[in-house]
Amino acid sequence: MLTETLTHLKSDTGAGPLAYTASKTKYIKSRKGLCAKEMTVTTAQKPDRMAWVNHMNAIRDDQDQSAFAELFDHFAPRVKGFLMKSGASPDLAEDVAQDAMATLWRKAHMFDPAKASVSTWIFTIARNRRIDVLRKQRRPEPEELTWGPEAEPDQEDVLALQQESAQLGEAIAALPDKQKELIVRAYYGELTHNEIAEQTGLPLGTIKSRIRLALDRLRHQMK
Amino acid sequence: MNDIKHHLTDALLMAYSAGSLPEAFNLVVATHISMCDECRARMYEFDAVGGAVVEDETPAGLSDGSFAATLSLIAKGTLQSAKAERVDGVLPAPLHEYIGGDLDAVKWRKVGGGVRQAILKTDRSASVRLLHIPAGMAIPDHGHRGTELTLVLQGAFHDEDDRFGAGDIEVATEDLDHQPVAEKGMDCICLAATDAPLRFNSWIPRIAQPFLRI
Repeated sequence: MLTETLTHLKSDTGAGPLAYTASKTKYIKSRKGLCAKEMTVTTAQKPDRMAWVNHMNAIRDDQDQSAFAELFDHFAPRVKGFLMKSGASPDLAEDVAQDAMATLWRKAHMFDPAKASVSTWIFTIARNRRIDVLRKQRRPEPEELTWGPEAEPDQEDVLALQQESAQLGEAIAALPDKQKELIVRAYYGELTHNEIAEQTGLPLGTIKSRIRLALDRLRHQMK
Repeated sequence: MNDIKHHLTDALLMAYSAGSLPEAFNLVVATHISMCDECRARMYEFDAVGGAVVEDETPAGLSDGSFAATLSLIAKGTLQSAKAERVDGVLPAPLHEYIGGDLDAVKWRKVGGGVRQAILKTDRSASVRLLHIPAGMAIPDHGHRGTELTLVLQGAFHDEDDRFGAGDIEVATEDLDHQPVAEKGMDCICLAATDAPLRFNSWIPRIAQPFLRI
């Protein structure tokens, strides 16, 4: 299905924005016939975090291109903006954003909604590509802790974590401008860890204890 | 490992999550997190802050063919390396990867006083080395300039106030003046990183100093 659409798209690429919109509508049309149930989620006006999680599952399980198109429309421009603020030229930022979104598709099976919201996961992918491409550095990652082949994360953990991620976002948005500015600059890579050490008062909430619970469950299961 | 008592600071975790630490520090942080669920949970929390920053970002306009180009990337199937998988052995996966094997693959060099070291290859903004300290010996002094991270992989060391066992990390700044000593009974293996400028010529005499005092 992907190859088919791609052949179609390749012939359209030169034709400008109209061709892009047209081909996207086609994905959604073709999906409607496939799976009506999930469409209720994808057509929601402003998808919440759980809706994005469902999109990820649709990509993982059904290679769902309309779900991917919606994630792309929401996140690719934000990732590009984020990378430009992190020091990339617009062209490079767009290349890296595309690369990050392609990685999201390919690694959809590794997304764990008990540990991260979709925006968090996209952030980590974009950050790693930034280190790789902009700083030309290797990025050592912690050993992966994965759920066993048959196990799935606890749905309650997933719901709670997604909610808490939303609350964290709200808490950060509600910070005084000066403090928010520092956090944002830290994530653009503008502050050293010594400079970060001087700022305090991050409203971290309960995410850590939530993830800790999920990790304990996972450790228990791995034994 | 549940008995880890000395953890990463918020600033190091946040800088690791933001992607602004030197590569050598990233290696120590990733290795500690591989051993410590507490800091792993805190890392996810800091990643969530990054997620909130991206979510709140002003969208930048994309070029016309952007979505199509992304689908082509997917179809081409070129993928950069996946995350570190769990490996068998004493050393956590990220360290395993830098050494190219487990402890028996480390290319040790003697630095005096029975201490051996192996410098791992990273970019030059900071340096990281494995240290093998015989039981009861003092840990070489890296010079106390900049920030210094020392992660215990095997054995333990203690200074005047604290004991650092396997998985514990000591975060030392320029202010800290101490003399850590490897515990008796077992050789101590540490992963130590410093962002003090690399001065190979002056480093060796300086690490020899503590032994002269013993």
